[in-house]
Amino acid sequence: MNTAAKVVRYELRDMVRSRWVLAYALFFLGFCELLFRTQGSGTRVLLSLVNVVLLLVPLVAIVFGTVYLYGSRAFIELLLAQPLSRGRLFAGLYSGLAASLAGAFLVGVGIPFAVHGAGEPGVYGTLLVLALCGALLTFVFTGLAFWIATHFEDRLKGFGAAILLWLAFAIVYDGVVLVVAGAFADYPLERAMITLMLLNPVDLARVLMLLRLDVAALMGYTGAAFERFFGSAAGAALALAALLAWWAGPVALGLRAFRRKDF
Amino acid sequence: MIRLEGVCKRYGRLDVLKGIDLEFEAGTVTAVAGPNGSGKSTLLRIVLGLVRPDHGRVYFDGRPLNGDWRYRERVGYMPQAPAFPENLTGAEVLALLKDLRGNPAGTDEELLDAFALAPELDKPVRTLSTGTRQKVSAAAAFLFRPDVLVLDEPTAGLDPSASAALKDKILREKAAGRTFLLSSHIMSELEELSDRVVFLLDGAVRYAGPALGLAAETGQVNLERAAAQLMRREAS
Repeated sequence: MNTAAKVVRYELRDMVRSRWVLAYALFFLGFCELLFRTQGSGTRVLLSLVNVVLLLVPLVAIVFGTVYLYGSRAFIELLLAQPLSRGRLFAGLYSGLAASLAGAFLVGVGIPFAVHGAGEPGVYGTLLVLALCGALLTFVFTGLAFWIATHFEDRLKGFGAAILLWLAFAIVYDGVVLVVAGAFADYPLERAMITLMLLNPVDLARVLMLLRLDVAALMGYTGAAFERFFGSAAGAALALAALLAWWAGPVALGLRAFRRKDF
Repeated sequence: MIRLEGVCKRYGRLDVLKGIDLEFEAGTVTAVAGPNGSGKSTLLRIVLGLVRPDHGRVYFDGRPLNGDWRYRERVGYMPQAPAFPENLTGAEVLALLKDLRGNPAGTDEELLDAFALAPELDKPVRTLSTGTRQKVSAAAAFLFRPDVLVLDEPTAGLDPSASAALKDKILREKAAGRTFLLSSHIMSELEELSDRVVFLLDGAVRYAGPALGLAAETGQVNLERAAAQLMRREAS
């Protein structure tokens, strides 16, 4: 077996027993169950889930990822002293953690839907889009976490950077976009808005989910411009491609930093 | 076995190592000593490939270290403060280390027996005491019968009987031709174990020679005091 796969296997075993990962899965399980009881239909449950996924998944991935990497520093040093390449070790550590968090999210959301059933046509398709977006956000923000935790030697700076980045993408960004849109309301802004959206992975995931749910009103300013400009199918393809780039970029930067770092 | 030529390392404004030239011969125990912050750990980490020197070269068995990891098949490492994944058991950690080296036959499990670790290995690491983790870490360093062992303050957290067992092991393996590179603060331990002491002070080699010589030169029992003594002598 490949070295990275061996690291992944041990890490999955570690994570499956982690109380935090369990709590994360249980949260989604409980929350979905609650939504089913109060909202009834599958579509409305999904609609309510969207914003929770957009806020919580990036937060947990980036915070848990940095905490995990700083916390494993001593063990990573021991592994680096073994005969294996830094690239493989990084790949193994990253994949193991991202897969554990994405798995916990998918199990937490998946079980209530499996129990309650779809109810309406098209719910499973929407659920699939939500699952994909949640998984991709996990991969993107775990990648950012690994980059941050490798780049900053000082863990306080690392935690600070992680929280700031999450605040910027998940909370502040949309507000700034609105202010910009208001200030330049007299100019054609569509291209600018779409560019702004491509620069934020959380926005991209939001647009992907809401294009599927067909509720443009909830999409925020960038999302609305996006749909007008591209229409649903091309827009979704572009958003997905941009999200994949957001996955690859931070992971590549993290890998580069990990290869060069003095441990 | 290992040779350092003009090794320099600087972190920001701090010169940690200022041109170290050293040779560690096969089948010997070399202790790297010196006060906190003198560059001991950085030196060991450079040999392990965890830290890359800014200048200078390190040769392992005649070959320069160039980022290739294969030489570490012949290296065992016992870190100063071992930490393992909390939710795994000691046995699982050892299994991972074996797995990463391709599960070689004939591993050296002598220390596991000497420390009577068997009943502890099935418990999650987070429930183990610092000393027990240290024992697991020591056993792991010897597991693959490496030619070179790098031990960072190996006896620091161990009780007297475990410490004695580890020292016996080191002396036995030295006799079998293995090369040791260890750091320690305890003068009696250096005398007992090492053929040679390298005394670092502010990132430079201040003394390299037999442990007895250092003790005699300074007349101190503790390395911190020996360092103080050496510095005073330098000033006067």
